[in-house]
Amino acid sequence: MIFGKFKILHSHGWQYIPNLDNVTLTEEFRGFPLLTVTDDKSDIERAAAICPTKAITTSPLTLDMGKCLFCGECQRCAPKNIRFTNEHRLAATRREDLVVMAGQTKPCFTKDAVRPEIAKYFGQTLQLREVSAGGDASVEMELNATGNVNFDFGRYGVGFTASPRHADGLVLTGPISANMAEALDICYNSIAEPKILVVCGSEAISGGLYADSPAIDRTFLDKYHVDLWLPGAPTHPLCFIDGITKLRK
Amino acid sequence: MEMFYVTNNTASAVAIADIPVVDYVALYNDLKERMNDPRYHVGHYFATEVENGLRFYMILLDDQTGEVLITSFVPDYYAEGLASLTAVHQQFHPFEREIFELYGVPFDNHPWLKPLRFSHDRRDKTSTMDSYPFYVIEGEELHEVNVGPIHAGIIEPGAFRFICDGEQVLHLEIALGYQHRGVESEMIRNGNRLRQTLIAESIAGDTAVGHTTAYAELVEKLAGKDIGDDLKRERLVAIELERIAMHLADTGALATDIGFQLYQVACEALRTVTINTTQAWCGNRFGKSLIRPLGSNFPLTEAKIETIRTNMADVRRRYNEVREDILEAQTLLARFEQCGLVSKDEMQRIGGVGQVARASGLKRDLRATHPSGFYAEEFSHEPILRTDGDVMSRLATRMDEVLQSIDYIHQVLANYKPSTTIEAPDYDASLMPEALSFSLVEGWRGEICHVALTDKEGAIAKYKVKDPSVHNWLGLAIAVRSEGISDFPINNKSFNLSYCGHDL
Ligand code: SF4
Repeated sequence: MIFGKFKILHSHGWQYIPNLDNVTLTEEFRGFPLLTVTDDKSDIERAAAICPTKAITTSPLTLDMGKCLFCGECQRCAPKNIRFTNEHRLAATRREDLVVMAGQTKPCFTKDAVRPEIAKYFGQTLQLREVSAGGDASVEMELNATGNVNFDFGRYGVGFTASPRHADGLVLTGPISANMAEALDICYNSIAEPKILVVCGSEAISGGLYADSPAIDRTFLDKYHVDLWLPGAPTHPLCFIDGITKLRK
Repeated sequence: MEMFYVTNNTASAVAIADIPVVDYVALYNDLKERMNDPRYHVGHYFATEVENGLRFYMILLDDQTGEVLITSFVPDYYAEGLASLTAVHQQFHPFEREIFELYGVPFDNHPWLKPLRFSHDRRDKTSTMDSYPFYVIEGEELHEVNVGPIHAGIIEPGAFRFICDGEQVLHLEIALGYQHRGVESEMIRNGNRLRQTLIAESIAGDTAVGHTTAYAELVEKLAGKDIGDDLKRERLVAIELERIAMHLADTGALATDIGFQLYQVACEALRTVTINTTQAWCGNRFGKSLIRPLGSNFPLTEAKIETIRTNMADVRRRYNEVREDILEAQTLLARFEQCGLVSKDEMQRIGGVGQVARASGLKRDLRATHPSGFYAEEFSHEPILRTDGDVMSRLATRMDEVLQSIDYIHQVLANYKPSTTIEAPDYDASLMPEALSFSLVEGWRGEICHVALTDKEGAIAKYKVKDPSVHNWLGLAIAVRSEGISDFPINNKSFNLSYCGHDL
């Protein structure tokens, strides 16, 4: 019996990623998009038309990562205009920074927009309360994964806590279903100041596919200041880890 | 006139004109008898607005013959009222509740005619999440425990109310709807089929492959096109990878809940290998973007086939070590055995599906009874059954299914060379007008059923989704009866049902 456990441990080996800043994801991963303007606009116009969340504008050429679900279909329509790289560090401190411009080579993280008290209060440890409001469970599972044996974000003092009273901030996932709007608000207001608000996943950032659905209620985001926007469908654990790390520096 | 139009899960879509419109009383009498036979269960049952009222559609599955029975009726229910089928066969309860909630149809003698998900288009807007009519038992020695909608972990919301006698649970009622986003109405907002595909991926993100396969098969039936063996084979690999990943996650989660860290971390790492394999295939750890109607953007390459094979061989070896140790771990068995019992009869009664039904000895597995895709080709699937119906059986079924699924992947990829026949997805194929199309796919949780109705132009005008959780939530409520309330978490994990898949 004990032998079986040794066998498991031996096969398990060392699983943690030693340096979380130093990971390059597989080539297939769709992260930061590179945009190029061409004279012929027919491809990009087709791409903009098929995009299910209307994330693309053609003049000027932009792609809003806060709306994008990274399905990659636009790149297939307009390979000369759009190319997704495997850059997963997509965090932004201002909503407008998620709108990628033609010629932009890397994501835009505006450090000046970070409130100075964040590093002061949460530089050592940060405990977060997650609220799913219509999230599809994939973002939630990726957030769980940030604490798992591979990513082990807990080693930097970041974790998730059950009670909002114990939390330093809230991580919102999902497009905010109307049926959850009140519970979300109550939860946010149960967290003591100072606190941060993180919006995780493209569906949370813009409503995604449900942006126009009568079943969602996004007034929460009109009321409160958001400190960090994390695109993705779902947000990759390393995108979350990178964004939170930059926010606390 | 025949009571049903008889078809199966590989036939093409059905002309609406061919579906009989029967008398409800006659149908009721037929079902009252018919559903006593465990070979039948309800796959879907819904109503849709027609010119002067509602037309109800019902899809029954015959597990013995693989047939799918479709019928419909147009009642004057305001004049007569409808006798509740739930009163005689409880498996109808979520469907009648939904019809009641959306259209106000009263079902006479329905024992539990409560709102199902508080959808935005419900008839009675005064009925809200906050006014959910929880069941109450009076008694000085009883107390209630209210949990949710926000739960302790990083998990979706739902409200659970326990009525307890001391530590013992007498009754659990689960109120859902917090996750309602309007999936079915967004599906028909416009005709953009890429958008529909992505909505299918988001019905339940942990079942992205399962639900999108259901959407794709439904569209392909309407398009009347065969996608070819290679694509079917690759879809089998995709959905089995999803099953493996989620069963690994659940093995780990069950271990977590009893503080067994070794199995927890081992399974976390194995799940990472599995979902990273899917990511290396299509760029997304959950298989989003992998399944597309009538084609694929990610046909397997030589290198990807090799990655899948190698990683799955590794996962199989390591997981089997965990599995063997679990089967001997007394402290784990002491918690899981004889806990959360749901008998086969009970599963049958509530219409339970998927691996939790199989853990109670009920052979519900579409891969065997109603195969489609590659399962319907020269492929034979033998469902894994357990008979105890406890937490341990639900874990053991999962553990065996992981190994079985890996073996299937090896089997279908042996000698497989990159395909030359797989085409790019087609989002514009013309669809059969005025037709009903359904799909039945065995996702990792169980039976997924999508149904669509097309209009005169062949546009999808009505879309209905059924996640297996719709059947199984009641199973969880039954499992915890008379257990200690502290055993709720392991029971919950042993079911691991979807909130968003239920709430839509
Ligand atoms: S990848 Fe993003 S921008 Fe492109 S089509 Fe998909 S959702 Fe739209």
